[in-house]
Amino acid sequence: MNIRPILSTLRKHRIPTALIVLEIALACAVLCNAIFMIGQRLEAIHQPNAIDEAGLSIVTVRGLNPKNAADDLPRNLAALRHLPGVKAVAAINVVPLSNDGWNTGFTTQSGVREFSDDSYVNVAEYLVTADADKALGLKLLRGRFFHSEEYAAGTLGKSFMPTGHAIVITQSFARRMWPDQDALGKVLYMGDKYSYTVVGVVADVLRPDRNGGGLASFSYSVFLPMAPVEAALNKYLVRSAPQDRARVLREAVSTLEKISPEAVVNGKTFSDIRNAYFADTRSMAWMLVLVCVVMVAVTAFGIVGLSSFWVGQRRRQIGIRRAVGATRADILHYFQTENFLISSFGVVLGMLLAYGANLYLMQHYEMARMPWTFFPVGAVTLWLIGQLSVLGPALRASHVPPVVATRSV
Amino acid sequence: MFTYYIDLALRSLRRNTVLTALMVLALALGIGASITTLTVLRLLSGDPLPARSAQLYYPQVDPRPALDDPSRARPMPAMSWTDAMNLVNARKARYQAAMALTQAKVMPAKTGERPFFSDAVMTTADFFPMFDVPFRYGSGWSAGEGQARARVVVISDALNRKLFAGANSVGRTLRIRDHDFRIVGVLRPWSPQPRFYAVWLGGRSYGDGDGVFLPLHTAVADKMSPNNLNCFAAGGDLNDLTKAPCIWLGVWVDLPTASQARAYRGFLDNYVHQQIALGRMHRTDVAMPDLMQWMRESHVVPSDVQLQTWLAFGFLLICVVNTVGLLLAKCLKRSQEIGVRRALGASRRAVFAQFMVEASIIGLAGGLLGLLFAELGLWAIRQQPAEYADLAHLDLGMFAFTFVVALVSSLLAGVLPAWRASVLAPAPQLKAS
Repeated sequence: MNIRPILSTLRKHRIPTALIVLEIALACAVLCNAIFMIGQRLEAIHQPNAIDEAGLSIVTVRGLNPKNAADDLPRNLAALRHLPGVKAVAAINVVPLSNDGWNTGFTTQSGVREFSDDSYVNVAEYLVTADADKALGLKLLRGRFFHSEEYAAGTLGKSFMPTGHAIVITQSFARRMWPDQDALGKVLYMGDKYSYTVVGVVADVLRPDRNGGGLASFSYSVFLPMAPVEAALNKYLVRSAPQDRARVLREAVSTLEKISPEAVVNGKTFSDIRNAYFADTRSMAWMLVLVCVVMVAVTAFGIVGLSSFWVGQRRRQIGIRRAVGATRADILHYFQTENFLISSFGVVLGMLLAYGANLYLMQHYEMARMPWTFFPVGAVTLWLIGQLSVLGPALRASHVPPVVATRSV
Repeated sequence: MFTYYIDLALRSLRRNTVLTALMVLALALGIGASITTLTVLRLLSGDPLPARSAQLYYPQVDPRPALDDPSRARPMPAMSWTDAMNLVNARKARYQAAMALTQAKVMPAKTGERPFFSDAVMTTADFFPMFDVPFRYGSGWSAGEGQARARVVVISDALNRKLFAGANSVGRTLRIRDHDFRIVGVLRPWSPQPRFYAVWLGGRSYGDGDGVFLPLHTAVADKMSPNNLNCFAAGGDLNDLTKAPCIWLGVWVDLPTASQARAYRGFLDNYVHQQIALGRMHRTDVAMPDLMQWMRESHVVPSDVQLQTWLAFGFLLICVVNTVGLLLAKCLKRSQEIGVRRALGASRRAVFAQFMVEASIIGLAGGLLGLLFAELGLWAIRQQPAEYADLAHLDLGMFAFTFVVALVSSLLAGVLPAWRASVLAPAPQLKAS
């Protein structure tokens, strides 16, 4: 199709053309950024968390006298283990995605002064008693989990640093510390007093919270073996079949409440913990989706409205063209091509706007750079919206009878 | 004349109800989204203590080991016990208080009931006068009582209602963990938003206020642990937080005049240099943001809320452009009518005014419907699990602002079409018909 006549027509209707271009450009800018933000949030929600979440419940026992921990823990573990339907039980200090953090830093060289800012990589520290691998459902990739002697020897000193020397780390953390080497057998240091040898690598387990870090460090976690003697291990991991979970959790809470009337006992399924952690993220994602849908609808209506008006204004011209031999298809294609041209101007301007908005957001908020793939996707989306919106008015235009040309409105 | 324009506008709007409805709806959606997000943003970035915030400062020092490149040092968001006590005991400000958050296990008064945890603040005596905390009964404790580790406690209105049915409970006993505390004060409902004093201390930034306030020295003697503890050296004894190499206390000072603030800043610098001379500290970086500055620096307002606001205004802009387009289409369709009016003697200004009146009617209708959408949006936010959810209400200011936004956006949308209409030459329009 010859686009010269279309361009010269558009040049005559500068204001309506500019308005549609502007509307499409704004829609393109907002749409690209909004979809990018939705993607980032979905990515956070779907971060792999290699524990078996379906059958896991967590019971927290607070308010016990810390001096009695060495008696309380083994007793509570035994009581939970004997509940019908319980498959594995272990105690832990903090739970993934619980927003209750326990973080530390490690370096790969010995003797580096503690937390001298850069050489230390921040990780979430999970202190666990025997069977935690089964209770959590960890996926071992390399090496082994802890021996019973390692569990038995594990305590926290006065400075709350594990006294053992074996550590299991997640795959992401292993790659961060030793990008091209096998982590097994390597040593992690904390100052000159503490060192831990990697005995196993597990698939990524998420941290209790992001701790100010990005998505990459969200799976920097380590596991350290503990004897059931530390008051800090006040959460019990209870594994059951998924269908027994509600009942097991209820019984676990009431059993522990009965054992220690002075304690505050609180039970949650892991699904509850996950949902609570991502609730804000999820509602933000839905709100972004809503904005996108409504915005696309408003833009489409705007195009329908302006195109209809345009067609109405040009009935005479259309009639003349039909009278001198243009087919219905010619008229239809004319309006479609016109819309395509306008959309293209809008899309080009919109990309610039989208890129600018992304740069601004990157400077002021936690935003990554938008990958270039968003631009063609945004362009195609807006072209499609434009074509769909103009279809109705263009069809109406193509049905204008040639006889209109001879009438004076 | 004005009523005539309104009449004309209403006729014109009625003539094409679908188009009118579309314009009003689009504008209302944009306004609804903007007002909803702006209400939340304003609420979250509000001033928690309007009367005092300008004179409250949050001194920061840096107790960590020396850095190879000292220019990269940034002061820490909280203080160790030693620094906090040195600053509080120096009494260089009108008021000064150190504080940390903890969870206090409140034992039930009756047997058979279970204990529960209450959000608690362990702090020093000046906390109450400095933050202008309102008391219903009694008062705070004295500095002497605090230092002497007296077992006294101030409780919130909510806790007083829960435990004592709202009666004057001053003088009664509250059992926290294994010790009896004498209640010396009961607060009126008090929950500054954001909960500015808790920003780094391991509490939520919005929502309900704290339930229990107890003297810091007493709480430390009872080994209550702070919600947030950040150690800058391994190997210290964490069972004695007064000596551990950890930060866990926030210090606030009240400096009513600018010269006092300058003097305090000088004192803080001197303090750090003196500590470096003593070999206790190694870094010279200090900071002393005022309350609102500290709120900004610690990013209290969730960035999602700010992004939503940007997005909503982007959306409103699209709706306005959309309205411009549709209004333009409408008014060019009526070229002949305009031609007739102009030929009969209406001035350009009169035609312009007529179309602006039409635009503002659309704006007002959009504003009214937008208000409805905003209420709906805020209702939806109140159903969310976010900690600020309960606070999301439209206040009078935002109510008025909604109409300002509506009118401004509709008038902006109306200018171009109205101008186009007013400059149409009447003769060709009359000829065409």
